Amino acid sequence: MTSRTALIDTKGWIFLAALAVFCLAVPLLNLGVAEGSGLHLPTYLVSLFGKYLAFALLALSLDLVWGYCGILSLGHGAFFGLGGYAMGMYLMRQIGPRGVYGNPVLPDFMVFLNYKELPWYWLGFDNFAFAALMVLAVPGLLAFVFGWLAFRSRVTGVYLSIITQAMTFALMLAFFRNDMGLGGNNGLTDFKDILGFPVQAQGTRVALFVATGIALALGYLVARFMTVSAYGKILIAVRDAEPRTRFLGYRPEHYKTLAFTVSAMMAGVAGALYVPQVGIINPGEFAPTNSIEAVIWVAVGGRGTLVGAALGAVIVNYAKTVLTGAMPDAWLFALGALFVVVTLFLPKGIVGSLIERFGGRRARAKLPPEPAIAPKLAEEGQG
Amino acid sequence: MSDADLLEPPAADFAGPAGKRRVTDALLYLDDLKVTFDGYRALRGLSLTLDRGEMRAIIGPNGAGKTTMMDCITGKTRPDTGTALFDGVHDLRRLDEPAIADLGIGRKFQKPTVFESHTVADNILLALKGPRSGLASLFGWRNRVEAERIDALLAKVGLLAHRARPAADLSHGQKQWLEIGMLLAQDPKLLLVDEPVAGMTDAETAQTATLLREIARDHAVIVVEHDMHFVRALQCRVTCLHEGAVLAEGSIDAVSADPKVVEVYLGR
Repeated sequence: MTSRTALIDTKGWIFLAALAVFCLAVPLLNLGVAEGSGLHLPTYLVSLFGKYLAFALLALSLDLVWGYCGILSLGHGAFFGLGGYAMGMYLMRQIGPRGVYGNPVLPDFMVFLNYKELPWYWLGFDNFAFAALMVLAVPGLLAFVFGWLAFRSRVTGVYLSIITQAMTFALMLAFFRNDMGLGGNNGLTDFKDILGFPVQAQGTRVALFVATGIALALGYLVARFMTVSAYGKILIAVRDAEPRTRFLGYRPEHYKTLAFTVSAMMAGVAGALYVPQVGIINPGEFAPTNSIEAVIWVAVGGRGTLVGAALGAVIVNYAKTVLTGAMPDAWLFALGALFVVVTLFLPKGIVGSLIERFGGRRARAKLPPEPAIAPKLAEEGQG
Repeated sequence: MSDADLLEPPAADFAGPAGKRRVTDALLYLDDLKVTFDGYRALRGLSLTLDRGEMRAIIGPNGAGKTTMMDCITGKTRPDTGTALFDGVHDLRRLDEPAIADLGIGRKFQKPTVFESHTVADNILLALKGPRSGLASLFGWRNRVEAERIDALLAKVGLLAHRARPAADLSHGQKQWLEIGMLLAQDPKLLLVDEPVAGMTDAETAQTATLLREIARDHAVIVVEHDMHFVRALQCRVTCLHEGAVLAEGSIDAVSADPKVVEVYLGR
């Protein structure tokens, strides 16, 4: 066997262990501790933490393409939003006759807009399995088609970033239109049930939080499996020297399209788990700034480390919660300052810098004693 | 490269056009290749044939079209006119880089290009001949390659002691060897080697010549080089290019004695 990297390395174990503790502690402190107690964790915080974990999964998916393949997507919020809308459509169909207008089939906004029947693309969304499939399929298909066209035409670097940004912007404009049949400006909201459980109930919220934690762990394992395999090594080779891989017989466009598609599906799952926890999905999720913010999470945590991306998402969003509470106007300045500081002083992000600080010594120790220049070559030559 | 080139779909018949008659016995057959870049005529009717198992050195002053010729053979540049056949059946003008690499044409670049963030061993691993699809590399054999197989190749190019180092840490000469090692891992039918001894010491140059001669025992090799001592050490047929066409061809002594060649190298 070659020196194959372990599926879960030290930082991976730390990450998974921390995630497991978090996913056990939060339910315990919420459900297991009485409400009056000082240790009790309010339910709104459970959902807030669940939101952080959904963002962490989005960051992880972005890191898979940016960190390992050099695709700086400034439109990953689009895949997140599409996954969220697929889940939102399922949740809308679960409302049934409990809407304001009491129509058993049509959601309220359709009644309001004089729809006579359900548009064809809403069919099937009353079924959870179908909706779950769409959560993966819709972002995946968009990423596949978009990626295939862009990568085959050898669009790379800043040009690719710009068209990903244009993609999410175009989707935002499209989803704002009422005739899209997806709630227009207001989006989808007033959810009641998910799989028969009331969305607002404490138990459901805890379950959604745990489900998000599990999805994050699975997403990490999938990304990790991809990046430590020979596929991942080729992906990194494509990132560093794309033309060279072609002369070795690889088709970089295939490698990139696969990574982009898997990443988009992961982002879709993140969006789908986000929507029931925040209770709404609207076209604002497609706003270009959301996608750019996700890039900052990854940069802060450490690009190309997976764990760092997840950590960056949680840290930045926690800071956002605290700061927007204290000084709502200051957040964007703080975010901008954070990006500048990270770029200048922590170019490898938090986790990347930690690895360099503590993991570097071991890597250096593994080096062979100073090289004698190609002694073997001379011997071979004589033979 | 024009948009039309970029958008052209990869040829589906890279495995070899079925039923096509072999039109020549030469491994590589180039006839009257012409390439123009923005009005500059890089190749002006270049013709060259290479037999199976042959080693050939290509010399010529700067701008003679040596690298452009390699670009045409490997699919990086599409010639405007002319014929480029590999193995007598494959039309190289219709194929893109991965398809041509798949036919068995490997290339070492003038500036050594290895995958710097990968270890030396991983560079060889990625070059190893075998299925190259995404799914194959995700689940397939490339994840279960014996270390011995990689080590044997690394020993051949004298980099065994460096197997675990990032390729970025290698010296210039070592990168050149690593790239030759990657070529060997690809096990192509034809190796194109562009300036393999640029920046090497005399001792390293001599070692590289020995290595290339050994490789040439069971591969066809084209070596582009300026260094005349090195070309002499290769002990093979020499082609001199000038202004995008062949000026002279023959043994190193015959070519270097050719008055036309002398004129080109020494100036008028």
